[in-house]
Amino acid sequence: MDILIYGTINSMALALMALGFALVYGISRVANFAHGALYVISGFVTWGFVRALGVNYLLSIFLTMIIIGVVGALIYQFILIRVRGMAISEIIASYAIGLAILEGLRWGGFKGMTYTLPVFIEGSVDIGEIPVDFHRLVVVGIGAAVVAFLWLFTHHTRIGLALRGMAQDERAALMLGIDSDLMAVVAMALGSMLAGLAAILLLPLGNIVVEAGYNVLILAIAVCIVGGLGSWMGAVLAAFLIGFAQILTVKYLGSHYQMVVALLAIIFTLVLRPSGLFGQQKELEERV
Amino acid sequence: MNNEQRRKERLDRGIKVRTDGLYAIMSLRELCYLTVPRLVLIVGMLVLPLVMPSMYWQRVISIVCIYAFLALGFDFLAHFVGLVCLGGAFFIGVGGYLAAILNTFWGFPPLVTIPIATLLGGAICTLLLLPCLPLRGVYFAIVTLMYPLVLMRIIEALNILGGTDGIMGVASFANRWIEQYFVIVMVLLFLFGLRRLVNLDIGLVFRAVKDNDQAVRASGMNITFYKAIAVFVASALGCLAGACLVHMYMWSGISLFALDFSILPIAATVIGGAGTVVGPVLGCFILVPISELLRAFGTLRIVFYCLILVAFIVFRSEGIMVYGQRKYHQFERWVTI
Repeated sequence: MDILIYGTINSMALALMALGFALVYGISRVANFAHGALYVISGFVTWGFVRALGVNYLLSIFLTMIIIGVVGALIYQFILIRVRGMAISEIIASYAIGLAILEGLRWGGFKGMTYTLPVFIEGSVDIGEIPVDFHRLVVVGIGAAVVAFLWLFTHHTRIGLALRGMAQDERAALMLGIDSDLMAVVAMALGSMLAGLAAILLLPLGNIVVEAGYNVLILAIAVCIVGGLGSWMGAVLAAFLIGFAQILTVKYLGSHYQMVVALLAIIFTLVLRPSGLFGQQKELEERV
Repeated sequence: MNNEQRRKERLDRGIKVRTDGLYAIMSLRELCYLTVPRLVLIVGMLVLPLVMPSMYWQRVISIVCIYAFLALGFDFLAHFVGLVCLGGAFFIGVGGYLAAILNTFWGFPPLVTIPIATLLGGAICTLLLLPCLPLRGVYFAIVTLMYPLVLMRIIEALNILGGTDGIMGVASFANRWIEQYFVIVMVLLFLFGLRRLVNLDIGLVFRAVKDNDQAVRASGMNITFYKAIAVFVASALGCLAGACLVHMYMWSGISLFALDFSILPIAATVIGGAGTVVGPVLGCFILVPISELLRAFGTLRIVFYCLILVAFIVFRSEGIMVYGQRKYHQFERWVTI
């Protein structure tokens, strides 16, 4: 029973981390290796608003989302757009940006001291015999809401449809008058906001630490690869797969192995079926 | 209406055209044109330790050489075979741990452990990477990024090979001059060796694999076999670097899998000039001393070279060496059209 509950919570957390990455890759084919850095930085921005400036919690969440979206858009508009299409340069450039942000934060003294965010709702509730705090339930609820919202957004709004058009066939989208650069900027901003949302939801459960950036990046990549790069439904399903696998390993093997599971999942998926569980088959692009 | 536009015209210098073929060397001047750049590099590298002001800076030169091995390997794999390997730390770690084990458990001296660690390490890395070789582009990059992390976590989790403490008491080189010149001579050897390798027939196949692997396959050649050879060369280079590093610091630990070893060689390659083989070494000679000077700032130096890296990739993706070669080999003049 506890496996079921904590597995669901863990899976939802993973899905939240991964959705931003999946969105950006799915639409603009840019593997955004700065994802983890955006996650951590939005944690610190919220912390700054709430704890240092004393702004209302809800308002500061709102402001953080906007700021992080703008940061993502700027990164794309000024740096990544210039290396668009060169996969390797994209990876190196975005990885370097992420590294610069994370190590810059570390240098700036954001370590050692404990940085925490307040939880949304205090207290806990017993499900069966297992105590679950309200915040984790909020995480699951909002996570599910985000997935639903993304589905509605991409199926029933003009921008969402344009984004999907880009993801499916960029040239055809261009011919129909969709500005592909603009859409890619929008996608990057959205992806960054999702990273920010994940940070705001998940960070109250622990401390804000710089190292989380690397872990989030690895987990997001793991989920996206197992689910198939660019496939959102795949990402959600893979999040559940890896989430439960992690909880099971922690229970039966020890918490040291938690990350090993994610990494091995990546390696096995890539070796056996690079397009992931639900990726579109593009055999020639990914392997010989 | 003013339709006049100017553009830069580039022409090869006459002397370059004449010295392209081996038999065209007619005069001392042409001989100098060909040999001076190479001699400057070789003599410069050999003299460098002698002119360094202190032992500290001599050690920095050795570290430069360590990174140069990795950068050479990265450049070779990425720009001649088309496999982008983000996991330089994986090679360093395997080579380093092998050398440390051979030295501490069986007591082999450094001059025996280093060759063994190089060859055996190269073989082990190739074997471990073998399943990933059919992958391309982004996928191969991501997998190789994961390898050092996996190995690190496994060593941590199983608490093998000294666990988080690492293996202490590895023997050092006989004296510091041997240490210094061993790495420098090896860098030069591999530098010119790799240049030769990529111009041999097999180098032609490597480049074909990069440009169009289906065509290579259609010619009846086994792509995975050639990729495996290339990975062996690159990983042997990395393992050599790792083995030297372990004997230099007399210690082998988890920090061998650190991010530095993956990111700095890439930055050096981008800055020095991708696909020139010499460029990465040059890039290391620029980046590593800068990062040593910035040591006082702690992790800020990583920020610093990440920013250099981004700036170069976005604005000057050709790198210093390609730029230098162009200036050396070609005239430039403005023409109106």
